[in-house]
Amino acid sequence: MKEVVVLSGKGGTGKTIIVGSLAALAERKVLADCDVDAADLHLLLSPSEKARNEFWSGQVAHIDESGCNECGLCQELCRFNAIKDFRVDAVSCEGCGFCSHVCPTEAITMRDNMAGYWFISDTKYGPLVHARLGIAQENSGKLVAVVRQQAKQIAEEQGFDYIISDGPPGIGCPVISSLSGAALALLVTEPTLSGMHDLERVLGLCRHFGVPAMVCINKHDLNEENTRQIESQCLSQGVEIAGRIPFDNVVTESIVQGVPVVEYTNGNVTREIQRMWHTLSIRLTNGSKG
Amino acid sequence: MIISVASGKGGTGKTLVATSLALSLSGDYKVKLLDCDVEEPNDHVFLKPEITGSKAVSISVPNVDEEKCTYCGKCAEVCAYHAIAVLGKHVLTFPQLCHGCGACCYLCPEKVITEESRETGVVEWGHADAVGFVHGKLTVGEAMAPPIIRKVKEYANNDDTVIIDVPPGTSCPVVEAIKGSDFCILVTEPTPFGLNDLALAVETVRELGVPCGVVLNRAGVGDSKVEEYCEKENIPILLTIPLDMEIARLYSRGITLVDGMPQWKSIFLQLFDKVAEIVDERSRSTKR
Repeated sequence: MKEVVVLSGKGGTGKTIIVGSLAALAERKVLADCDVDAADLHLLLSPSEKARNEFWSGQVAHIDESGCNECGLCQELCRFNAIKDFRVDAVSCEGCGFCSHVCPTEAITMRDNMAGYWFISDTKYGPLVHARLGIAQENSGKLVAVVRQQAKQIAEEQGFDYIISDGPPGIGCPVISSLSGAALALLVTEPTLSGMHDLERVLGLCRHFGVPAMVCINKHDLNEENTRQIESQCLSQGVEIAGRIPFDNVVTESIVQGVPVVEYTNGNVTREIQRMWHTLSIRLTNGSKG
Repeated sequence: MIISVASGKGGTGKTLVATSLALSLSGDYKVKLLDCDVEEPNDHVFLKPEITGSKAVSISVPNVDEEKCTYCGKCAEVCAYHAIAVLGKHVLTFPQLCHGCGACCYLCPEKVITEESRETGVVEWGHADAVGFVHGKLTVGEAMAPPIIRKVKEYANNDDTVIIDVPPGTSCPVVEAIKGSDFCILVTEPTPFGLNDLALAVETVRELGVPCGVVLNRAGVGDSKVEEYCEKENIPILLTIPLDMEIARLYSRGITLVDGMPQWKSIFLQLFDKVAEIVDERSRSTKR
């Protein structure tokens, strides 16, 4: 069983469009939406929810007003500026518990925090594990780990060949949690200077964690010169280009219709994504660790 | 006044709006642009600022003097992140897990834990013409963006007009970037993805008590559900930017909208006036 994670660095380059299409093209796979704070994959796959689970993670400090003698020690020691006027700002609190350990009147307790939900759903393309991090919550990396763990368990139980996961933008905590230990990262970029800048950083992250990467250039015809530059930079770093997808308004239309673009049209976009999946599946079979 | 530019969904045009707004205002106001998307900062690609200074950002991680340590285990007991462990006559630290709260150091009964700095990124500042510029960069491989964002935000002061470019999403880095803003511009696109993530972003700014308005980018394709949502939720649509290949090509070459199409400057000034009006009205009503 091989796990492919789709990342991009820069947001909005087309990760979810690609994962939705791979969902329709790949056989015997589990889908995982690791973008737990702005998940969109479900909007293409029409899932029916089979199980909903609470995600408890971290703690938040609580000051019992009747026990507080307003000495101010907690406020002075908190590095996250989470205590003002002897009240805890739950959004700023990082749950370290320092205040609860030092309070001379033991008026501070740590309360467990319900930080979101994770779901197992059925789709016409196979099982989907997805999640919803609560608004303004922390620990997105831990929720990503739960999603991946569940997806892996389903894939093992059913003897599936692939886990295909939709990753979050950026290079921080939830991205690291999505990437580490995957067989292959597919990096979706676009031929814009910012897309190229962000690709460099996420390629660096893949190297840092030893995960092989391939690159997909979305909207490659938006700026052919930039596309050539991405290709030559990838070549010089030994990174294979998995596919080049043209700009086409049918992609937006397919999102509005709520279906993967490869199921919406037979045009160039679909042909290029099909070709890319072929390239990816060969690489997964031959090359990568897994 | 501090205006943050956020979105929920990535790639909707935060950077386009933040850079063009800052440039448009810089003739009349003292403007500072803070790029708080420290995982993937892009404003510098467009503004090409002259960087005049930089400072490493570090978090404090524990350093245990094992010669004096009695291996009592107190540090491990108080660490909420499992970043320090005592195994027999050994203390193990895991600096990547440490949030730098300082509890272990303060609570060590033998006072043998000191804090040392671990660099996780950098803050750089300078200017692009009249725009004051600050951004942060998380070191590749590091997980925690919020400490870098906090450092970038130290350069926000209320005397200037401060524009904050916020990272995508709705979790801790986003909260850290928006917190303390007078207004949040939410940039979205007219698709189900744009709408889904806009609704999450609206919940986030409401949680923070920051008023918001929408910039609808790439209008013309997609559907009208974002407009319907905004009407229902009583959120003003402050500006509509059409889907235009010329705008997309300028963006691809790292050229800001107001540099490439100067007629947009007056439109961004109108956007600012609308924001300023809402902020003024709000501060008057809270004073009453």
